[in-house]
Amino acid sequence: MDLISTPLHDAFSPYALSFVFAAMGLNVHYGYTGLLNFGQAAFAAVGAYAMGVAIASFDLPLILALIIGLAGAVLLALVMGVPTLRLRADYLAIVTIAVAEILRLIFSTSFKKYFHARDGVSGFTAGFRSINPFPEMPDGFLSFSRNDLWVMTVGWILVALVCLLVWALMRSPWGRILKSIREDEDAVRSLGKNVYSYKMQALVLGGLIGAVGGFIGGMGLASVQPDSFNTDFTFIAFTMLILGGAARVLSPAVGAVLFWALLSFLGVLLTKLSNGDNPIIPASFMSPDQVGNIRFAVVGLALMLLMIFRPQGIFGDKKEIAIDAR
Amino acid sequence: MPDDMNATPEEPTRTSQSVPVADRRNLDADLVGIATEPGVPKKDPIVVATKITRTFGGLTAVDVEHLEIQRGVITALIGPNGAGKTTFFNLLTGFDQPDTGDWSFNGRSLKRVSASRVARLGMVRTFQLTKVLSKLTVLENMRLGASGQRGERFWAAPFRFLWSSEEDAITVRARELLGRFKLDAKEDDFAGSLSGGQRKLLEMARALMVGPELVMLDEPMAGVNPALKQSLLGHVKSLREDGMTVLFVEHDMDMVRDISDWVVVMAQGKVIAEGPPESIMADQRVIDAYLGAHHDTDITELEESVLAAEVEAELLADHDGDNR
Repeated sequence: MDLISTPLHDAFSPYALSFVFAAMGLNVHYGYTGLLNFGQAAFAAVGAYAMGVAIASFDLPLILALIIGLAGAVLLALVMGVPTLRLRADYLAIVTIAVAEILRLIFSTSFKKYFHARDGVSGFTAGFRSINPFPEMPDGFLSFSRNDLWVMTVGWILVALVCLLVWALMRSPWGRILKSIREDEDAVRSLGKNVYSYKMQALVLGGLIGAVGGFIGGMGLASVQPDSFNTDFTFIAFTMLILGGAARVLSPAVGAVLFWALLSFLGVLLTKLSNGDNPIIPASFMSPDQVGNIRFAVVGLALMLLMIFRPQGIFGDKKEIAIDAR
Repeated sequence: MPDDMNATPEEPTRTSQSVPVADRRNLDADLVGIATEPGVPKKDPIVVATKITRTFGGLTAVDVEHLEIQRGVITALIGPNGAGKTTFFNLLTGFDQPDTGDWSFNGRSLKRVSASRVARLGMVRTFQLTKVLSKLTVLENMRLGASGQRGERFWAAPFRFLWSSEEDAITVRARELLGRFKLDAKEDDFAGSLSGGQRKLLEMARALMVGPELVMLDEPMAGVNPALKQSLLGHVKSLREDGMTVLFVEHDMDMVRDISDWVVVMAQGKVIAEGPPESIMADQRVIDAYLGAHHDTDITELEESVLAAEVEAELLADHDGDNR
């Protein structure tokens, strides 16, 4: 039973939700506009920390804390975008990955009064939990706590709303410009569109979505720690996006759920197989302590096979890949 | 955008090999009596460029003292490879910035004006290596060209009712142009699936969606088959009939002779000559720099055999020389 319930639990958990938002933001950046943002973790971190510190240290109401978080994400997008979006695509990639690391180091070493170094920020969830409509449950559902269910309900409703917004934007002439920039920005420029401005709008929008992921993740874990926003965060979100298929509205959400389900399933399975007195997988080959790392290796293999046999991802359009001459 | 797009008679432009000189001359009365020296002032210039220089390291790619482009006519820009024609195009359209110089379009200075703004002002270019958006359909490529769409603003974009009627009007206009360029059967195909010649047509049609006053074509005939070439020629001529000004870079001398009213010759970054095509083709400096002495004579079979005999004799002589 664990083989089904644990993956289900993990795939829809608040922690997975924060990756869904990160991947949805990357879908706007990379999938639709072709912007290589390798610092999506920074947007989630700024959202989570701004919310956490605003409530825990300054006692601001939740709604104001969220607005500060979103404003922080906009500011971060401007800081990253102003110097780089006029340049070749590579520069944005370099700057974003550097900014994300710098921010993580600042959060873990500086302003300890507010950020509390590696312990992270906590004690900011009371306001959000006080409006939880779910009743006290003895065992919960899929062993989710009452608080988790509340975060997940809000989170998945927000995922649906963001998907709706992305869908509405990308069928519009605005979305057409983004997709054209992904193909060839000089062509778009020659037709009189301000490419710089549209790239900036895309960067801000995807960053805001990433910051919401920071809110949800922070509320779900009831704390915000710097190490959860390392570069792995960004690259796992990218993996989820590619798995689902870039430039499709639902692909980040489906990709994230599948990724976590697969990872969690492998964890449970490998643990079962390698545990006990006479394990199916002998200890000389793999011990139970190594499950955490081995499952990532297996997922990596699965992704390689996916890229070979279905390079467009689950939802992608084969035709769009096939005509790419470059 | 002129309304009488469909009124343009297709027949004469498609069938005629070249417009008789007499016909052409009454279209560009403005060019009659203009001296044929580099940098000569025109009666009604749409573009005026002065002292434009652009260097890449030690190489001076463009060094244009003065050049005026007459409104309402077709001007060809020719010259050997590396003469700076495409660089000059890039400079005029804001895709590159010159080291020195000033240039204006319709009397408005374009110094430090961005490429997108230049296009919105009515000066639209195509590229030597066609830039179609491969993963968008042909129709979407066309729709992208339309300027000032309400649905291109972020806050209006999610609400379809705010821009759907405008989108319909743009689609009608796009289909009209696609029909004219014989691409209407392809409208739902990805642009990446088009052939090289069809891409050229699509790029030109898409540039027209912007509603330009001046169309700048960078080698519109490169890689286009002879049949398609004839219809492209017709399209370029029809642009002039619709009141647009055309400036194009081309190596195909037949095309230059056929459709241009005025020819500007560049070599080593400088304008070395300009004038009507007939006088330019006879200009000794142009022949030396670009055309070569045999540019307007086809090699006959007799001449060919003579040449072959000469080569053979030379080879034999070399062979003898080696043996000795």
